[in-house]
Amino acid sequence: MLAFIVRRLIQSVLVMLAVALVGFALFTYVGDPINNMVGQDTSIEDRERLREDLGLNDPFPVQFFRFVVNAAQADFGISYRHGRPVEDLLVERAPATLELSFAAGLFALFVGVPMGIYTALNRRSWLSKVFLTVSLIGVSLPTFLIGILLILVFSVWLGWLPSFGRGETVQFGWWSTGFLTWDGLTALIMPAITLGLFQMTLIMRLVRAEMLEVLRTDYIKFARARGLSARAVNFGHALKNTLVPVITITGLQLGSVIAFAIITETVFQWPGMGLLFIQAIEFVDIPVMAAYLVLVAFLFVLINLIVDLLYFAVDPRLRVGGGGGQGL
Amino acid sequence: MSDPLLSVRDLRVDFPTRRGVLTAVDGVSFDIHPGEILGVVGESGAGKSQTGAAVIGLLEPPGRIAAGDIHLEGQRIDRLSQEQLRKVRGRKIGAVFQDPLTSLNPLYTIGRQLTETIRTHLPLSEAEARDRAVQVLGEVGIPSPADRLDAYPHQFSGGMRQRVVIALALCVNPRLIIADEPTTALDVSIQAQITALLKRLCREHGTAVMLITHDMGVIAETADRVAVLYGGRLAEVGPVDDVVNRPLHPYTEGLMACIPTTHERPPRLAQIEGSMPSLTAMPPGCAFHPRCPHAFDRCAAERPPLFDHPPSAAACWLWAPEGARATERAAS
Amino acid sequence: MSARASTTWSGRLGDALWRAWDSDLTYSFLRSPVTIVAAVVALGLIVASVAAPLIAPTDPFALATVDLMAAFTPPVWMEGGDPQFLLGTDDQGRDMLSAILYGMRISLFVGAASVVFAMTLGVGLGLLAGYAGGWIDALLMRVADVQISFPAILIALLIDGVARGILPREVHHEMALWVIIFAIGAPGWVQYARTVRGSTMVEKNREYVMAAHIMGVHPVVIALRHVLPNAMGPVLVIATIHLAIAVITEATLSFLGVGLPPTEPSLGTLIRIGNDFLFSGEWWITIFPGVALVLLVLSVNLLGDWLRDALNPKLR
Repeated sequence: MLAFIVRRLIQSVLVMLAVALVGFALFTYVGDPINNMVGQDTSIEDRERLREDLGLNDPFPVQFFRFVVNAAQADFGISYRHGRPVEDLLVERAPATLELSFAAGLFALFVGVPMGIYTALNRRSWLSKVFLTVSLIGVSLPTFLIGILLILVFSVWLGWLPSFGRGETVQFGWWSTGFLTWDGLTALIMPAITLGLFQMTLIMRLVRAEMLEVLRTDYIKFARARGLSARAVNFGHALKNTLVPVITITGLQLGSVIAFAIITETVFQWPGMGLLFIQAIEFVDIPVMAAYLVLVAFLFVLINLIVDLLYFAVDPRLRVGGGGGQGL
Repeated sequence: MSDPLLSVRDLRVDFPTRRGVLTAVDGVSFDIHPGEILGVVGESGAGKSQTGAAVIGLLEPPGRIAAGDIHLEGQRIDRLSQEQLRKVRGRKIGAVFQDPLTSLNPLYTIGRQLTETIRTHLPLSEAEARDRAVQVLGEVGIPSPADRLDAYPHQFSGGMRQRVVIALALCVNPRLIIADEPTTALDVSIQAQITALLKRLCREHGTAVMLITHDMGVIAETADRVAVLYGGRLAEVGPVDDVVNRPLHPYTEGLMACIPTTHERPPRLAQIEGSMPSLTAMPPGCAFHPRCPHAFDRCAAERPPLFDHPPSAAACWLWAPEGARATERAAS
Repeated sequence: MSARASTTWSGRLGDALWRAWDSDLTYSFLRSPVTIVAAVVALGLIVASVAAPLIAPTDPFALATVDLMAAFTPPVWMEGGDPQFLLGTDDQGRDMLSAILYGMRISLFVGAASVVFAMTLGVGLGLLAGYAGGWIDALLMRVADVQISFPAILIALLIDGVARGILPREVHHEMALWVIIFAIGAPGWVQYARTVRGSTMVEKNREYVMAAHIMGVHPVVIALRHVLPNAMGPVLVIATIHLAIAVITEATLSFLGVGLPPTEPSLGTLIRIGNDFLFSGEWWITIFPGVALVLLVLSVNLLGDWLRDALNPKLR
């Protein structure tokens, strides 16, 4: 097991280095950083001196090494557009995105899993058909359209919920939270549903498919033949086996929740990292783009690692020696 | 003889499909007496497994019992609700399936799967259930059972896993065990051990067994009586010695000729010409008549009932009593 | 008819089509009313958008026909509606119905082109990985592993951002369509490659492939003529579902403002434009393109789902 974790860690570091390389390449080759820092009237000599001072004339490996070291210390330079250190911008925006993703993830999980179980156990009930139809529509509705429809109905027509922003937030040190005020919570409802709906339908379909697969297995048939109660069979045996693959995919989905937050944040003008990123692309604000890329990659790798460890906790075939070769 | 433990009468199992209703089991009747081992033999598709699944109420949907009745210890069990049936399953009827590798839940220790079964059916504490689990594991021949209780299924070999499965089937002392091809998935070298184990344990506990297999060799060694199925219908039923050595039904006769023996060496293994008709294309009359060397007109026209010919009975016109009417049923 | 054994590619395709028609596929199609409706809707939308210049009431790009005075006309059934504009007009007086038909044409073109690009790339790399094995296979699959854990939309955004950085503004404007196709298509290769690689590894050990090898048939010929046809079923399923995803991704990018420029409005661009007028009550400018987008994606998704289930009955 230790060997496995070490191998995973090394892999994670390699992935991070690869992403850092992309980020660095962005930094170095897309647009001239000097042009973005100085005015039109700066002389060639001054530019050259600045270039030398910034180490832009150093060999590639040296520059890359410096980039990685800086990135590891959360130093991504100055935003072209905002004129402030990128890490400050990100720290300021991170709580909004993380709270939104967290709420959306909870929504997706706590609605999606029960719906998946229900539709698997009651395949022919009309409610299952309703759930499945809704899920198909959910998959076919682009995230931004869901947001627009929600705004149209609940903000424009009914006037119940705010259509943009985080509402009132409470500051805890550098962290600002919208969880503690009524205003903040109402502002969170629509963005969280918008962001979570796609994941919810995905989780529901996944749980359903896995559960149907598990219910067909011999050990479930055998568990029934042993006279165990329907509850023990469905929730004791089938559910646990269903959740093993579901954990992996759900974990990985958490990563895409953070990515899809870009869209939700644009629709609801939610002041998070995604909105920052989109604006950075529009204005070719390379340091912000590179920093966001590295940060998201880091979150992904972290989630992947946690998912793998969870896998160990759930599946004994991996925990105890033997049963190897389970290509992960 | 004592009252039968299990009594199946005119059982019919239907599978509604998009191309019409398939009848997988058609009018099968048999008894199993306490402590008796009944072998159920037939080719794949003959309806053996469906008969077993119908008895424990585990037919895969859309399969269903369309006609007939099943009594266990005098109580009718084919009309029970799922909840009532659940109390019969495991408690009174245990089951052993074909593949021990897939019969156990990989995510739980065998101890947990045993105690769970024991505590579902018996009013025991967790500790008492564990004691019982250790005892049963010992009985099925798991070495140092107390230590293996917290092991996961993947830590056992195939043969050992089938022993665990048998332990699970026997752990609350059911009156009947339905063993569906219990050795087919195992190594040939282990098959005999497992069969012998099953036979010994059932003798000791007085448990009856419905042993479903396509292997006449296993039946000949293990069973007390045999039921031969063909095309979802009962072809012949009788004591193992009579069925093997003095078969009544031409199909059984052909089946017995197929058993390879060690002392005589036939130039080639005998085989029955043709193959069993599929459920979608059952011929009229006797299902076997297109392949039967002794078929005559009546075989193609009328379906033979089960004719008593003590100690056996066969569904074949050859054994119709003089002047018997086609509709007459030989009651047992 | 089905018994004739053809050796030519087109003949084999004909055989395959005949077998498909004569099979459970047709049966399950005719048995599923939802699928028939989806097929009719999808086909209708595709035909309507391809034929947009012929059937659209006006040309939304022709400045001559656009009348600013007619801006914000509501749909015909609402008060103030004009029978000339069935679904109303936008802020510049363009006919919504025409704009939607033209927009769908662009959305479909970008979607289809991205799918073709991703499919070509993925199938090629999949064949290569499965056939070559060794380090090529290991490398490609590692890249695939890493890439698939990043959402396609993020990669597309990044490609688009880089293109904006590298290309001068005017060039980027001209190239926007191709940049978007590349950005959407490029991340999609993984699924095709994995599927094709899987069937390649199975097929390459089959006797007939080995026999062809011994007879000295060129590996590329073997790959294309013997291995590839066996993988076409799953590839078709992926492509169908991918088309729906590509259309959504394009709409999303355009909505975010980093997709196609407003001079070539796709459905996503139209929704973005309309979004500005949501609060002033002109909902039709957003909602109608949205409905068109959902109908298109939903019908294609339904077809994809059906195809997947029909080709793999075990999943049902």
